[in-house]
Amino acid sequence: MMSKHLSNISVVLFALLSGIIFGLGLILAGMANPAKVLAFLDLTGLWDPSLALVMGGAICIGLVAFTLAKKRTSSFLGLKMHLPTSRIIDKRLVLGGLVFGIGWGLSGICPAPAFVLLGTGSIKGIVFVIFMLIGMEVFERIESYQKQLKK
Amino acid sequence: MLIDWNNFTPWTALAGGALIGVASALFVLFNGRIAGICGIVGGLFRPQKDDVYWRLAFIAGLIVAPLVWQLFGTLPTIEIHASYSVLAITGLVVGISTRYGSGCTSGHGVCGISRLSPRSFIATLAFMFAGFLTVYIVRHVLGA
Repeated sequence: MMSKHLSNISVVLFALLSGIIFGLGLILAGMANPAKVLAFLDLTGLWDPSLALVMGGAICIGLVAFTLAKKRTSSFLGLKMHLPTSRIIDKRLVLGGLVFGIGWGLSGICPAPAFVLLGTGSIKGIVFVIFMLIGMEVFERIESYQKQLKK
Repeated sequence: MLIDWNNFTPWTALAGGALIGVASALFVLFNGRIAGICGIVGGLFRPQKDDVYWRLAFIAGLIVAPLVWQLFGTLPTIEIHASYSVLAITGLVVGISTRYGSGCTSGHGVCGISRLSPRSFIATLAFMFAGFLTVYIVRHVLGA
């Protein structure tokens, strides 16, 4: 019992630690500044290529970690590995990506930096997060409504 | 193509990216999960048992990151030019579309590409393309 309890605590602690490091990375990289994100997306204007290097830096480390992760059957904390297995490229994937890109291009905010902005106390960040959460609830309702229709 | 050399920050971008990579690495190796923010948050809406605290902890980590940063220094400039109504609409759009497309910049763009997932390559191309096109239209066609 005790060890199960301890492992639950470590699962939460590692999630917290990962979230903090992720957030610090976003701030350092400039991703938490929507104006900089938009300057990166403005290819034909005065282009700031910085954010390409953010993805580059993250993927360099990520490649090593995920190569290792794919070989494992359980995590270092003894948890099941939850790696996606789907290889289907469908309408949902492409349409979801395109529409997300439009929202990202209009605001300069994607989900992770939105929470960092919330933490800076920015009212605009708070508004974005609230409506993003409403959007996620809308998605869940549409999904369950469609499932019921199919029955 | 004109590069904005004055605002180009290659070293902090690379270092920040590396930190994001380290966070994703820790998360997948210790928690066995993909550090995809919309997936982590989205999983809270119809939660399964024992599946809530780690999600909340990761999100709490993102929220306290600026406070942790301020223990060591001042936050860099943050500018949000979008109006409240644009933020509300785009927030809604981002919430629905990232769940519909099973991922965002972190899940597909960082973790998915690191996993060499074909799905994530396509999704990343899609949102990058739409992002570039949207900014092009807003700034250079509509002239906003």
